[in-house]
Amino acid sequence: MNVLVCVKRVPSTGAKIVLTENQREIETRYLGFTVSPHEECAVEEAVRLVEARGGASVVLTLGPEVAVEQLRDSMALGIDRAILLETDGSEWDSMATAAAIVEAVRAQHDAGTDFDVLLFGNEAADTGGYQAPIRVAHALNLPCVSGIKSLEIKDGAAIAKREGPGGWEVFEVSLPAVFTVKEGINLPRYPSLPGRLKAKKKPVDRIEPQRNGGKLKMVKLMNPKEEVSQADVLGEGPGAAPKIVEILKEMGVV
Amino acid sequence: MILGLIEHDRGMLNEMSLEMLTFGRDLANRLNLPLEAVLIGEGANALAEGLQAYGVSKVHLVQHPRLDDYAPEAWAQSVVELIESEKPQAVMASGTDRGNEVLAYVGARTNLPMAANCTEVEPGDPYTVTRVRWGGSLLEEAHLTGEPKLLTVAPFMIPVEEGEAAGELVLNTVTPALDDKDFRVRVVERVKSTGDTVSLTDARVVVGGGRGVGSSEGFESLDELAALLEGAVGCSRAVTNQGWRPHADQIGQTGARIAPDLYIACGISGAIQHTVGCKGAKQILVINADPEAPILSKAGYAVIGDLHEVVPVLNAEIKKLKNQ
Ligand SMILES: Cc1cc2nc3c(=O)[nH]c(=O)nc-3n(C[C@H](O)[C@H](O)[C@H](O)COP(=O)(O)OP(=O)(O)OC[C@H]3O[C@@H](n4cnc5c(N)ncnc54)[C@H](O)[C@@H]3O)c2cc1C
Repeated sequence: MNVLVCVKRVPSTGAKIVLTENQREIETRYLGFTVSPHEECAVEEAVRLVEARGGASVVLTLGPEVAVEQLRDSMALGIDRAILLETDGSEWDSMATAAAIVEAVRAQHDAGTDFDVLLFGNEAADTGGYQAPIRVAHALNLPCVSGIKSLEIKDGAAIAKREGPGGWEVFEVSLPAVFTVKEGINLPRYPSLPGRLKAKKKPVDRIEPQRNGGKLKMVKLMNPKEEVSQADVLGEGPGAAPKIVEILKEMGVV
Repeated sequence: MILGLIEHDRGMLNEMSLEMLTFGRDLANRLNLPLEAVLIGEGANALAEGLQAYGVSKVHLVQHPRLDDYAPEAWAQSVVELIESEKPQAVMASGTDRGNEVLAYVGARTNLPMAANCTEVEPGDPYTVTRVRWGGSLLEEAHLTGEPKLLTVAPFMIPVEEGEAAGELVLNTVTPALDDKDFRVRVVERVKSTGDTVSLTDARVVVGGGRGVGSSEGFESLDELAALLEGAVGCSRAVTNQGWRPHADQIGQTGARIAPDLYIACGISGAIQHTVGCKGAKQILVINADPEAPILSKAGYAVIGDLHEVVPVLNAEIKKLKNQ
């Protein structure tokens, strides 16, 4: 079974998002980078699928050269090889991203690799477009189940579950298929030291993708207006407990 | 005209659709265009009547023998056919799992862009939309092109307002040409969630624990506090990552959005991906060892100290009060 998992490099923002002066980017000078928790789970799911059934796992990202860091992180967890769709780091909209991924999947086919399962995060952590995987599935004429929190493979078919109104919705689709994953589908492992060392030697294919899209254009970013409160400090340590009870009484919750 | 996709589950309206209609009516009024709605599947026909109060003048009832349950591609194809026959200027849905999913398929099938989770729209060509990023921690102003404009409306951002449409409500029954492929993704079974405890999203009081709780056993006193207040326990991602609590308890961008009367955040620093999940809390009480923890700036009350000392004493005080 061959599995492709697509991830996106995003900054690890802290308690506040700081924007650059032109308001077109997040100020990342003092930040580390990561991928969405949804995607961490997608990577873990890919590794488990291949561990259980053999085959190969491939991680793909569209992003600047430095996004190799996220590809290596994924390979440290057991992914076999990587594809970097290298850009100049400027933002691509969902249509352009999806088109580039479709091209890459077709190129893999031409080179002899067909994927049975294509995994994505449910939505990118930063832009939250909610559509690239569906566009990829449509272009490749594959079924797509989104937002899944459980995936079982049985005789060339997949049973996927997601949370719906009032409980779990169960979907059954034949493979190959696209799935978008939500955090909670599994508990991702931590990378081991040997895993990290191996990841350094695993191959990264670099491709410069064609850019077509740009039909949803970001103009500027803005911090939402938020009330910043000055917390009323009730006290220090357990001595403050009676004061908390007073507050709870006032609020009518006790 | 502006077309709104009404979300329902086998005839049960998703209230988020009313936020979307309020948003859509405002746009339609500014453009001097009618607001119309689409209901997919016969099971939803009964909802049509109630939409007029939200400004809908015409409802397209999509009927097909296989549309008895949710199937994203079949829903999308139904909308695509209406786009072709009715030529709406904009098509909207709620920014829910299903709303975003269906409009993404519509975008893919029509090769049009789609703007997810908008909070504002300024018509024109292109439309200027404001949409949420980072799960609501950041906003983006963007230009949206296409005929029609495809967008979803960010949940919990638009207060629902009625606005009766004049005249008689017009019903238009249509049967789309759907094939097997449109039904390859559909709900084949449902499994009820188990658990009779108070759910995180409905709880009046939520007691949240973060890395500061230190272990899964460390949650015992938080469980007790939640039980005493008839609330639910939630946690940060640092906690689910360690396996101390299941992911179902996680609050934040990739977890649950809570809106309790009171959120008691213990040993949680206040990363933006966490606090975006508790924006809806009416009051926040923080118990944290660090007086500089960023979460204090989101809180009404704070106690500085070790939660393992504070919470058990608090529990004892509440029990004392209850025994009086
Ligand atoms: C794309 C993305 C999505 C994310 N989604 C989520 C999400 O949905 N939900 C989420 O929670 N996080 C999410 N995160 C992670 C988030 O950025 C933080 O890493 C996480 O919220 C930190 O959890 P924490 O506050 O428990 O831990 P920490 O930041 O380590 O804070 C621990 C706090 O506990 C206090 N403390 C320690 N010991 C004690 C004690 N004995 N008594 C009292 N206080 C004590 C410390 O002072 C500190 O303030 C996401 C991150 C990314 C990049």
